[in-house]
Amino acid sequence: MQADAVKNFIIENFLYGEDGRLRDDTSFLGSSIIDSTGVLELVGFLERNYQITIDDDEMVPENLDSLNNIAQFLKRKLNGQQPR
Amino acid sequence: MCGITGICHISGPGSVSPDVLKRMTGELSHRGPDGAGIYLDDRVGLGHARLSIIDLSGGAQPIHNEDDTLWIVFNGEIFNYPELRQDLAQRGHRFYTQTDTEVILHLYEDRGAACLDELNGQFAFAIWDVKRKELFLARDRVGILPLHYAVRGDAFIFASEIKALFAVPGMERAIDPVAMEQIFTFWTTLPGKTAFKNIREVPAGHFLKVSNGNVRLQRYWDLPFSPPEEQTAVSAGQLCSELSELITDAVRIRLRADVPVGCYLSGGLDSSGITTIVRTRFNNNLRTFGIRFEERAFDESEHQQYMAAALRTAHTDVFAANAAIGASLGDVLWHCEKPILRTAPAPLYLLSRTVRQHDFKVVLTGEGADEVFGGYNIFREAKIRRFWARQPQSKSRPLLIRKLYPYIFDGDRRAGHFVRTFFGFGLSDTDNPFYSHVVRWNNTGKAKTFFSEGLRQAIGDYSCYDDLREQLPESFGRWDYLAKAQYLETALFMSTYLLSSQGDRMAMAHGIEIRPPYLDHRILEFTGRVPSKLKIKGLNEKHILKEVFRGRVPERILMRPKHPYRAPIRESLLMHMGAAIGDYLSSGSLRDAGLFDPSKTALLINKLQKSQHASEVDNMALAGILSSQMIYDRFVRASFPRGGLPAAPNLVIDRRTVPVS
Repeated sequence: MQADAVKNFIIENFLYGEDGRLRDDTSFLGSSIIDSTGVLELVGFLERNYQITIDDDEMVPENLDSLNNIAQFLKRKLNGQQPR
Repeated sequence: MCGITGICHISGPGSVSPDVLKRMTGELSHRGPDGAGIYLDDRVGLGHARLSIIDLSGGAQPIHNEDDTLWIVFNGEIFNYPELRQDLAQRGHRFYTQTDTEVILHLYEDRGAACLDELNGQFAFAIWDVKRKELFLARDRVGILPLHYAVRGDAFIFASEIKALFAVPGMERAIDPVAMEQIFTFWTTLPGKTAFKNIREVPAGHFLKVSNGNVRLQRYWDLPFSPPEEQTAVSAGQLCSELSELITDAVRIRLRADVPVGCYLSGGLDSSGITTIVRTRFNNNLRTFGIRFEERAFDESEHQQYMAAALRTAHTDVFAANAAIGASLGDVLWHCEKPILRTAPAPLYLLSRTVRQHDFKVVLTGEGADEVFGGYNIFREAKIRRFWARQPQSKSRPLLIRKLYPYIFDGDRRAGHFVRTFFGFGLSDTDNPFYSHVVRWNNTGKAKTFFSEGLRQAIGDYSCYDDLREQLPESFGRWDYLAKAQYLETALFMSTYLLSSQGDRMAMAHGIEIRPPYLDHRILEFTGRVPSKLKIKGLNEKHILKEVFRGRVPERILMRPKHPYRAPIRESLLMHMGAAIGDYLSSGSLRDAGLFDPSKTALLINKLQKSQHASEVDNMALAGILSSQMIYDRFVRASFPRGGLPAAPNLVIDRRTVPVS
């Protein structure tokens, strides 16, 4: 469910409905789907949607650069674990 | 300044309709509201709409030589015309006006195309040689003034602006898919191209000859950069003093006019420097003009007012409110004649209107200094990326880039973590001729995601990068990083976008002539040999220009960080255009034009309406889609010739042996 919400957000806001090029391991930055300001939109969405706060130090590609990375990151955040 | 038009039969005699010529010239009345003239014979028609600046009473065009065998229509200024005239008079030429126009004609009579080497100015002109049956068209070295043409059957048709070409009945009016691909990559079309199919421009630094059934285009000048080993070894102090003299002289000859000359003053170094020279050396009653913005991020008025007070000029500013930018977009595009990915032309349109209201026709501007002296962030970005590429794993090197773009990273410094990935695009590919520009172009290209399927198919496998690569000068590969980046920025962006969409077109919309002293070719030829380390010293941009003005322009202006001239996009277009934007972006309008995907566009608009913050790409996409739709509406969907008034010439030279009408 979580992953779907994120995926839909990415498709609607960054791919404008074109979902063909998005796989779970597609790098958003590497494939030019999201630029540096787009990251802020993504963070804003995650914070609103999941009622979490994302620290500056967490805003790194390892946490946010693909659907897989986000899913892992969210899992850790929502389970109250110390994120990487 | 003025507007010029003409029709020439390429391979033999043919009639030219005076009505069509008048209609074409009438479309340029904003460029030349002070009078009109036409010339007709059995093969050629020439038209001229005049803005009188030199020899107000006697300068009506077309102008002829002693024996009526050469006829000229001219748009622009030749700043060294008094010196040239003196030489020509000594060689026996006789003049019947006091104009620079007549000087070009006699120089051409003596030297042919080589006359261009001697002209210091900004110009687009056409000369008809009655004896040789040859039409000669030329455009200034960097493209300050516009000149367009089309070939239809045996007719070669030219005009300052494209709308005048569309006044010819039956002229094809269609958006060129290749132009869309170029604009959505480079922010502009490549030299020679326009937004419209089969409408060409004479590229900067080129002339064109029409005779004997042929149309031949030839380059006579290019930006003169040198490989490092050929750069000058003269000391920095000596270079500064020579450069200072050159800039002062470039200003001095650009004050030649029979009407008062004002200055644009932004509050940055470039225009402050020009204004300082004019005020302290030549004019005690200087009038200056500037722009204020609604949003702090764009506004420079604090520095502008400081400079105006320091120089005691009579300063007028125009307030470019977001609403005014949005409301003017339709008129702005009518004059730009091509889609834009920015809104920055609009405030300049509002500014020239104000200048006109104050009865000025001529202003000096600081345009060109950033290109010539290395002022833009993109140059420093290229330098940092090369530095970083030598240690790709470095954590600190990429962070230098954040200093360049506080307006992207400001307020949300967290985004800085992604600098590495964003600006690391193509990092190791340092041999790429476009190394300096790939990040920008790649980012801009993301807006192509909104292209319709039909547009994509029409573009096919055309590559605008390959196209550009073929146009690079032969020695390009031997230049250093800065010369390469300067060439791309100047030949492409300045010549085909800044000087038109933010230059001549916005000024001429209200009959204002701009004169940019930094683009005097003597300065370009001088700085082409100045070592890059004197242009960008460390990361200090325009170092040599700052040295030239040190002690003359206040430190506060001299040491200000570079403030790029930008204008708001989402805030101006989405918030203030109301129903109009809906009309242009409705799914019906989008389908009609066939350029963009309606459902993707709807998602973009929806997103921009909801979000607080628009990304660069979304802003560019919004401006690009909306402006393309407006261009389509006003130039393709609308009917031509329009109902506008044809020119009512006060000078008619009719040399047809069989007058038709």
